[in-house]
Amino acid sequence: MIRTENLHVDLDPFHLRDITLAVEKNDFFVLMGPTGAGKTVLLEALAGLTPIQSGRIWIGGRDVTKIPPEKRAVSIVYQDYALFPHLTVRENILYGLHFHKMDPGKAHARYQELLEALNLSPLQGRFPTYLSGGEKQRVALARALIVNPGLILLDEPLSALDPGFRQEIRGIMKKLHESSGVTFLMVTHHFAEAISLANRGAVMSNGRIEQVGTIEDIFQRPASTFVADFVGMKNLFTARFNGTRAFIGNLEIESAGPLPKGYGHIAIRPEDIVLSTERIASSMRNQFLGRVTGIFDQGFYYEVHVLADAFTFKSLLTKRSLFEMGIREGMEIFLSFKASALHTL
Amino acid sequence: MRRNELFFWMTVSFSLLIMAFILIPLIRMMTAPSFSGLQEAFRDEEVMRSIWLSIYTAGWAALISFVLGTPLAYLLARVDFAGKRLVESIIDLPIVIPHPVVGIAILGVAGRGSWVGEILADLGIRIMGSVTGIVTVLTFVGLPFYVKAAKEGFESISPRLERVSRNLGASMFHTFFRITFPLAWRSLFIGLIMCAARAISEFGAVVVVAYHPMIAPVMIYERFEAYGLKYSQPVAVWLVSICLLLFLLLRFLTLRRKIEI
Repeated sequence: MIRTENLHVDLDPFHLRDITLAVEKNDFFVLMGPTGAGKTVLLEALAGLTPIQSGRIWIGGRDVTKIPPEKRAVSIVYQDYALFPHLTVRENILYGLHFHKMDPGKAHARYQELLEALNLSPLQGRFPTYLSGGEKQRVALARALIVNPGLILLDEPLSALDPGFRQEIRGIMKKLHESSGVTFLMVTHHFAEAISLANRGAVMSNGRIEQVGTIEDIFQRPASTFVADFVGMKNLFTARFNGTRAFIGNLEIESAGPLPKGYGHIAIRPEDIVLSTERIASSMRNQFLGRVTGIFDQGFYYEVHVLADAFTFKSLLTKRSLFEMGIREGMEIFLSFKASALHTL
Repeated sequence: MRRNELFFWMTVSFSLLIMAFILIPLIRMMTAPSFSGLQEAFRDEEVMRSIWLSIYTAGWAALISFVLGTPLAYLLARVDFAGKRLVESIIDLPIVIPHPVVGIAILGVAGRGSWVGEILADLGIRIMGSVTGIVTVLTFVGLPFYVKAAKEGFESISPRLERVSRNLGASMFHTFFRITFPLAWRSLFIGLIMCAARAISEFGAVVVVAYHPMIAPVMIYERFEAYGLKYSQPVAVWLVSICLLLFLLLRFLTLRRKIEI
């Protein structure tokens, strides 16, 4: 769907360097990275809103490098919604249709369909000033989707929302993505959003792409220390849930509370995993025997990789505990963590 | 600020002094003429003609500023380019130049003996002593006020709104006329009023270019010189009242629809 080649942008104070990226049709792709990494600039470059110094962009198989934004069939949704303040909700949503040839009957049907899907019917006559954040975001989504873009670009669409609305819009976006067949490209710095919504993603830093891949790859197998530091939550697994138990492979993990039904992701912070040479009797309900597969110097800490069943757990140890326990590669070791250390995503 | 301190009372008394300084002469002037004096001035064809000429020429100056100044204001609000500061200073020049100098400068270019003047003369356009000349001078002095207000108006509109519009399929022209212009209209309108107000009050530059046909300020000056204060005041009262009335009417007509922002 999107392909970029050696994209360079200089836009004081931001810049992009050598961005080569591919997003497949119908992907839900997330761009992650610290503030100032150039994520929004990349979105605007794709949308044709920022001049690029060199490189090329293909969208939907078409070279759009020199094509103006209105002819790219790309819709952008900003964090601050950018609704037209002088137009009503209805006029905002229908705005794009002034410039697209669409059969009036079809246009009306599409409008009704979006009102329905985004639950906007009661708000049609209102002006944006009188909408809540969640409502504004739903209007912005409807306005972007009505022109049937092949690609929709979302610039941190959830971060300005209250947590309650965030959950709601997240659900709506997931549904829209599944039902519309539109490719979504979203900037975020919430990992929970990335993990629950996206199938693929990229991590950016300082105007460059650090890693592109599946979400699992990015969180499980960071390609650089930057990505590893950035994603932080290093123990991330797909799990099957049943009551208060999560199953990954043959491992059965106890959670502190009831888990959602079906499948999902679980994550454990490395600092929450305790290593011991002997089985310890404590309140920690999750204890597994594994084998040390790697020891990595991280400055103040050592990161120890332990393979249990078919899964690599990562734990942080001080240099002193590492030596006291005499940990070396290949040795058998117990890893334990509290039920409350288990996060579900 | 605490209300029982000397400092607070000093700020208040100085503010009151300024209010009095502005309002007392104006109120005095507005109430000075007798009713019969006002009636007489109203029936004086010369007076009314000069007031309408003032409004007519200032209106043209505002219209020309609107057409020519809007693109420049937009450019200054949206694009950073080398020499932008210089351009902005040039826009401000007509404000700081002494008014008679403006008149002399324009005559120097458009008068007899200069090549621009020759071309204009060939086209049958006369600057010296003509309505065209008055409009030219008024545009010169009024334009900066419009451009500054319009620029600020455009700056207050998020470029993101334009970007979203472009993404939804609108060309830059459509975007400007459907999004930017309606949102900026209030500021543009205030700029137009400032421009027209400035144009109506111009005396020094006009008197150099065109003593006749007579605009109201020239008329007021002439009455004052020839007959004294008593005979110039009624003209001034009519000029101020009619202008205020027109502005109120315009404001009512153009800003009737409340824009929700």
